[in-house]
Amino acid sequence: MGTPSAEAASASAPAPAAGVRLAPSFDGGAPARRVSPAPVAIRVEHVAQRYGDGPLVLDDVSLEVARGEFLCLLGASGCGKSTLLGLLAGLDAPTSGTVAIPAEGAAAMFQESALLPWLSARRNVELALKLRGVGRAERRTRALELLDLVNLADAAERRPHELSGGMRQRVALARALAQDRPVLLMDEPFAALDAITRDVLHDELERVWRATGRTIVFVTHNVREAARLGERVVLLGSRPGRVVREWRVARTHGRRIESPEVGALATEITEHLRREIRRNAA
Amino acid sequence: MPPETVPPAAVPAEPLSRVPLSPEPPLVDDHRRLEAGLDRLQTRAPARRSPLRRALATALPPVVFVVLLVVAWQAAVVLLDLSPDVLPSPAAVAGAVGAAWASGTLPAAVATSVGRAFVGYALALVVGTALGLLLAEVRPIRRAVGPVVSGLMVLPSVAWVPAATLWFGLSDALVTFVVLMGGVPSIALGLVAGVDQVPPQLRRVGRVLGAGRFRQSVDIVFPAALPGYLAGISQGWAFSWRGVLAAEIIAVGGSLGTGVGALLQQSREATDLAGVLGAILVILAIGIAVELALLAPVQRRVLRGRGLAPGGAS
Repeated sequence: MGTPSAEAASASAPAPAAGVRLAPSFDGGAPARRVSPAPVAIRVEHVAQRYGDGPLVLDDVSLEVARGEFLCLLGASGCGKSTLLGLLAGLDAPTSGTVAIPAEGAAAMFQESALLPWLSARRNVELALKLRGVGRAERRTRALELLDLVNLADAAERRPHELSGGMRQRVALARALAQDRPVLLMDEPFAALDAITRDVLHDELERVWRATGRTIVFVTHNVREAARLGERVVLLGSRPGRVVREWRVARTHGRRIESPEVGALATEITEHLRREIRRNAA
Repeated sequence: MPPETVPPAAVPAEPLSRVPLSPEPPLVDDHRRLEAGLDRLQTRAPARRSPLRRALATALPPVVFVVLLVVAWQAAVVLLDLSPDVLPSPAAVAGAVGAAWASGTLPAAVATSVGRAFVGYALALVVGTALGLLLAEVRPIRRAVGPVVSGLMVLPSVAWVPAATLWFGLSDALVTFVVLMGGVPSIALGLVAGVDQVPPQLRRVGRVLGAGRFRQSVDIVFPAALPGYLAGISQGWAFSWRGVLAAEIIAVGGSLGTGVGALLQQSREATDLAGVLGAILVILAIGIAVELALLAPVQRRVLRGRGLAPGGAS
């Protein structure tokens, strides 16, 4: 798998009808079916979004995310992927259609870590626990456990300005995990990081995902990142945002950013993404 | 396919006894070391300077500057052959201050003025903070009252003295009122500016973390607004101290004891220029001392804690 010939084949493959669910051409053919169908964690039905009299941002978007699934939402600028994430986070209400998320709600992480600059890493995580109603005595222990999970136990007492960008995002991840919600929404959390740090955080996030079983919706404009991380990649078209196509990945273990199968999937997705962008040229 | 596990060749050859008996698979351990290495490379240990050197670095430049000023003053007096009723020498001014101090009039006046300023300032803090909270959090009040409070900033405190004399007579209440009118707008508007400048991401994080309106204010908005509020508090002190002097210089007599302002006025009436300049220096020194001793350290601590460098990058 992941040979150059597979890449070439995928690049020259005839365009399938939009909306048809397909596995990547090199990924064993049949779409990955779960052994027992996992219960749905997030259900988005016919959602449209428009701000005031402005243009339609999202148009008839329907999406289901299984519990424990790692979904990447991919699209060019203006495809409304952050808008969709905002709807899932409950920061906004859709103009029409319905959004259903677990009753416990969703935790969220953004491109900027948005840590409170006057609190240490530990206290930032503790704040999430406090607002969740965790008792004072338990907060400290729990916060240190979570910081250890993201390999930051030694930096617990440092303030955000004493941490690197990657460390801040890991604190933000620990804080999001402290919310203890079944769903984790991530809006381009690694976009502002350098490539080396981003690779390391991909490994980190994958490990945390497997260890905690969270349902993750990960928004990105980075095709390779989506191919590296997602169990499923959903491509959104731009202006208005609508689901164009999606890919399922059968083998998600042991992927790296430089893995051939990640590269092959990225090539295939990029082809579709570019087609979608060209459509906006006229 | 990339390897699922690290081949044995990639593990550094270490004596068996030194290989940690960790339950973690080598891949995770590898990741930890990679991440720890990145963290070390991407952060720098903050440079720690000894407190003595830091104090010296802070105190020395202004001291040198003041010394230079005094030298220039003395040089001007000597070289231009100025008579004492045009510009007395530094020594004459120091002598006047020393004499006033020794006679007991200056310490009493300083105590009176500083006491009044503190009472008025404390009240201004309470009123200004309450007003600032209302302006920042209640939109209709902000719209209606905000411009008027901003307008009050323009009005010099002296302008209130005649009115206050008529309302309160020559009493301490007069001074307190003038101080209040001077200090409250700065403090309130400082708090408003602080709240307005809270980054929207922090408010959003508060909402995502499930903070209600009260917790959002207590845990996110007000701590985030603290630098602006402290700037307002510091400016409020300057305006309060000015208010005390304005009231003391204009309003004399009644139950008003002799403050530094009154002392200044008395020296003028006695055409004692050295005494006038001495009183001005005392007023300046007290204002600066309160700012440096009480307000600046708090401000510095708050800013440092957030990675902001007070007084420019160091």
